[in-house]
Amino acid sequence: MDSHGTTVLRHHFENEEQQKEASSLGMWVFLLTEIMFFGGMFMAYLAYRQLYPDSFAAASSKLDVTLGAMNTVVLICSSLTMAMAVHSAALGKQKMIVFYLVATLFLGSVFLGIKTKEYHDKFVHHEVPGADFHPEDWPKNVDMSHASLYFGLYFGLTGLHASHMIIGAGMLLFLIVKAHRGAYTAEWHTPVEMFGLYWHFVDIVWIFLFPLLYLIDPHFGK
Amino acid sequence: MLTATKPPEKSTNYLTDGYGLKSWLLTSDHKRIAILYLISITFFFFIGGIFAAMIRLELATPDGGLLESDVYNKMFTMHGIVMIFFFLIPSIPATLGNFLIPPMIGAKDLAFPKINLLSWYIYVVGGIFTLYVLITGGVDTGWTFYTPFSTSYSNTKVMAAAVGIFIAGFSSILTGLNFIVTIHRMRAPGLSWFRLPLFVWANYATAMIQILGTPVVAVTILLVAMERGLHIGIFDPALGGDPVLFQHLFWFYSHPAVYIMILPSMGVISEIISTFSRRKPFGYTFIAFSSVAIAVFGFLVWGHHLFVSSQSVYAGMVFSVLSYIVAIPSAIKVFNWTATLYKGSVTLSTPMLYAIGFIGLFTIGGLTGLFLASLGMDVHLTDTYFVVAHFHYVMVGGAIMGYLSGLHFWWPKMTGKMYPVLWSKVAAVMVFLGFNLTFFPQFILGYLGMPRRYHVYPPEFQVYNVLSSAGATVLGLGYLIPFIYLMWSLKYGKDAGPNPWGATGLEWQIPSPPPTANFDVTPVVTVEAYEYHAQEVVEVG
Repeated sequence: MDSHGTTVLRHHFENEEQQKEASSLGMWVFLLTEIMFFGGMFMAYLAYRQLYPDSFAAASSKLDVTLGAMNTVVLICSSLTMAMAVHSAALGKQKMIVFYLVATLFLGSVFLGIKTKEYHDKFVHHEVPGADFHPEDWPKNVDMSHASLYFGLYFGLTGLHASHMIIGAGMLLFLIVKAHRGAYTAEWHTPVEMFGLYWHFVDIVWIFLFPLLYLIDPHFGK
Repeated sequence: MLTATKPPEKSTNYLTDGYGLKSWLLTSDHKRIAILYLISITFFFFIGGIFAAMIRLELATPDGGLLESDVYNKMFTMHGIVMIFFFLIPSIPATLGNFLIPPMIGAKDLAFPKINLLSWYIYVVGGIFTLYVLITGGVDTGWTFYTPFSTSYSNTKVMAAAVGIFIAGFSSILTGLNFIVTIHRMRAPGLSWFRLPLFVWANYATAMIQILGTPVVAVTILLVAMERGLHIGIFDPALGGDPVLFQHLFWFYSHPAVYIMILPSMGVISEIISTFSRRKPFGYTFIAFSSVAIAVFGFLVWGHHLFVSSQSVYAGMVFSVLSYIVAIPSAIKVFNWTATLYKGSVTLSTPMLYAIGFIGLFTIGGLTGLFLASLGMDVHLTDTYFVVAHFHYVMVGGAIMGYLSGLHFWWPKMTGKMYPVLWSKVAAVMVFLGFNLTFFPQFILGYLGMPRRYHVYPPEFQVYNVLSSAGATVLGLGYLIPFIYLMWSLKYGKDAGPNPWGATGLEWQIPSPPPTANFDVTPVVTVEAYEYHAQEVVEVG
């Protein structure tokens, strides 16, 4: 990705169309690698969910569905603002690009804030795998050691997702500064478009994580 | 045959276009990056070779007198890690592929030159971690990092080694990503998919495996790190975890990774067999699609590494059958190569000697793979020297022979210099003989029941082990000689000219060494690849 103010054709491309198509295909291939990256851990989660349905259901009932649902809404809204940012860029509305990128960054930060609150609650309630792991009100007939496995995977999956959000927030800051300087025009705004794909991808990962972690059998044992 | 205008005589090429360390370390020229990779992987090849030498030295005697068992464990582990992750996986794609794919498709560079340079730096950082592990005491888990040993018991540098491999993986991903986009979007006008050189097809298939497989091993290593650092229980039976899950995740990448190593070599062989037979490859389309088929089926066979790891018999049967299926596209290639030779005008040049050696050794490696893919036979052969011999026939007899073949074929293009013909042929024969002497006895050892990864063995196995160690000496010399004469040729070699072999590819239509931009005018392709007419072969040297 080039970030100069005008349309820049790099020396090895024949024309701008070829350059743009290369960026776009490159981004899709990158997202494919991301799917495989998350896929490995999803696979592990599903395998153990299948093996230990009761203790996983009991452990997942310890999650706060309300906070999770709020985060889902926040993230979907951020995808909307991101799509609007790309749309504004295509129309060359420079001020609107900045506005929508800032809105996306704001919503992303709200998501991370709520996630921090959830993590904090897990520490307070001794639901973090390790020496201090003893969830309260645990059903007697359900194996507690498997709950540790659940929370290990919960932190692994949501942590991996959150780290993608944090990287995304950093890139958003960069884009906002650039957009503010008028770097993106109707003719050339490839970075905004490519980042949009990334942001939607991270959103979609959460769309899968939320039901898998929070919504299967949430009232188990209650 | 090409409507491209021939580039005018120019004094500057990519080697003379800027001097000094900075012009190399900050380059975005795919050819220079290929040379940077070539230097780095050669370095790691010799490091890995030293470990191999220590292993063979130790095994020359049955009583394990040279190395402590702990040290021996580290030797074979470091040999595997260095050779696989830091030599074999980047070997052909990052050097020959990087150098040749843009000129082969009529492009000035890869689609993302800066990402290409970044991939080299990532590789170097991963390599530094590995060197750190090596200097501070090594790691003893085997290159496979099997749990629970790697997560709960080993007290060696598992974390640092895992981090090194994790990082190096991203270099491989970025190379694959760059190749896929380049091959899709940067082809010259008229260069349709079925006019592409088979080397490009092979690298395309390889890149598919790199982008789909490598992220999975990355996340697996992440899980091992979480398990080792935080004890979340994912591979620990005491907490309900399952060590076999690690094997599934690991081999989901690491079996296809074997095809990352062998597919580019197959691409090289297709080029060379065609060039030195003066014939269009027999069944071009079949060879092209067999590369893709190997990449696809390669993802469906990982379970054949788990026949004795508590996998269900049903799953074992499915994986056994799928493993047999991979033999079909592999055999298609071998048959098509030999059919290309038939009634061809064959020249036994140095690259051709390596290529013919490749076909023989790969065939043995592939056929013994069928033994291991059959459930009953595998129970007898699991974790014996039969397995060691099998995968060395594929990865050394196959992948490295292909790499050396390609290096000898394109060395005149890359450097503009010719190497001494006699010495190179002597070395090629030495590598072939030394290799067979090293690894053929290991099939017998394995069949007789000698397990792998032990530094002591019953005295009756000594004769085969001595043969193997003697062969390793010949093989080692066979690798050293090319290193010396190729270095020598840089200064003293004869000028090779643009097309010393009379080959047809686009890369041979430009000067040697190529100018920085490869082509002054983008070529327009109007014919299929490998249109050999009644050309005379020119032997140089």
